[in-house]
Amino acid sequence: MHPLRKKRLTLILFMVAAVGTAVGLAMYSLSENVNLFQTPTEIANGEVPPGRTIRAGGLVVEGSVVRDDDGLGVTFYVTDGNAEVPIFYEGILPDLFREGQGIVALGQLDTSGRFVASEVLAKHDENYMPPEVKEALEKAHLDGKEAMSEASY
Amino acid sequence: MWQWLKRLYHRLGSPKWFYEISARWIPWLVVLSAVGAVTGIVWGLAYAPADYLQGNSFRIIYIHVPAAILAQSAYMMMAVAGAIYLIWRMKMAAWVAKCIAPIGASFCLIALLTGAIWGKPTWGTWWVWDARLTSMLMLLFLYFGVMALQQAMESEDSSFRAGAILALVGVVNIPIIKYSVEWWNTLHQPATLKLTEKPSMDPAMLWPLLIMIVTTYAFFALLVILRTRNEILWHERKRQWVRELLEK
Repeated sequence: MHPLRKKRLTLILFMVAAVGTAVGLAMYSLSENVNLFQTPTEIANGEVPPGRTIRAGGLVVEGSVVRDDDGLGVTFYVTDGNAEVPIFYEGILPDLFREGQGIVALGQLDTSGRFVASEVLAKHDENYMPPEVKEALEKAHLDGKEAMSEASY
Repeated sequence: MWQWLKRLYHRLGSPKWFYEISARWIPWLVVLSAVGAVTGIVWGLAYAPADYLQGNSFRIIYIHVPAAILAQSAYMMMAVAGAIYLIWRMKMAAWVAKCIAPIGASFCLIALLTGAIWGKPTWGTWWVWDARLTSMLMLLFLYFGVMALQQAMESEDSSFRAGAILALVGVVNIPIIKYSVEWWNTLHQPATLKLTEKPSMDPAMLWPLLIMIVTTYAFFALLVILRTRNEILWHERKRQWVRELLEK
């Protein structure tokens, strides 16, 4: 390669590497702030002071959704498999809100450790399948569970 | 192989050669884009099964994902063309980079808009400042910046060089877009299509998506070639071969 071109190539590679490093370092130091939401573990560990507006995210615990008798209030727990946080929300939940599904809630912790949300967004996972496949999967899962519990007798 | 690539590279540097050979590619690309678009859209919208959770609204994936993939690939191509221009001063590379920029920006905008339209019924919001959405918006602004720089200065050469440098600097955003959903907590879900693993999508829904991705690449190639041919004619308008072509 022509020496001048080689020099330009080196210069460009150096520039890309330098910018990459700079942005990488900035992103690394900002990583906590780039996260859209805090996990239940972080909240349970007391990393979030009560009263500060944050987003909390996790999976809705199966069977934990309790709706108020009057009004639109709803309480449920979210989990990341490690800790659980109770969330209270008053309003219309998104269509995709289901038990076992991921959500992201915006709100504050009150002093009793309950998260009072002013907005709840449903998180969608990367799995796409037709309803029949989903049913078949669930059936297989249940059959497996029954087989397991029968085996344990 | 290396020799052949080298010869191809030198030939691609010749506007006349590219103008002549690309005329032969156009009909194939037109057919591929048209057949692919009809097959992919009809299959995706009418025959693919609805999603168990989202119902029919998932079908926007057939536009959203190809557009998003293409916006990123086009950016990489633009940056590589810019590097070639900076290093070898090949005029063709600068013209190609100039032609790619608005097309890539359009696909980026399509990805952002379809994502917002899907986000409203699925997530419950049009927009959220999570890492994936924000980095994708940055890609759109990078495209705008490159487009502006490519026309910013008196001399075409320095404009193209400035645009190429911004394009190369912005390359750092591409891995950020790709890995944003893994490095940080985001509302946007992780990738459905993965290079190394089985896609987490039912084959009945996947096939039209793959067709749409290939089609989008073909359509993109077609647009770039058409625009580049115009660019060639304009820049070479005083050359003998263009004059002969026009007199024909």
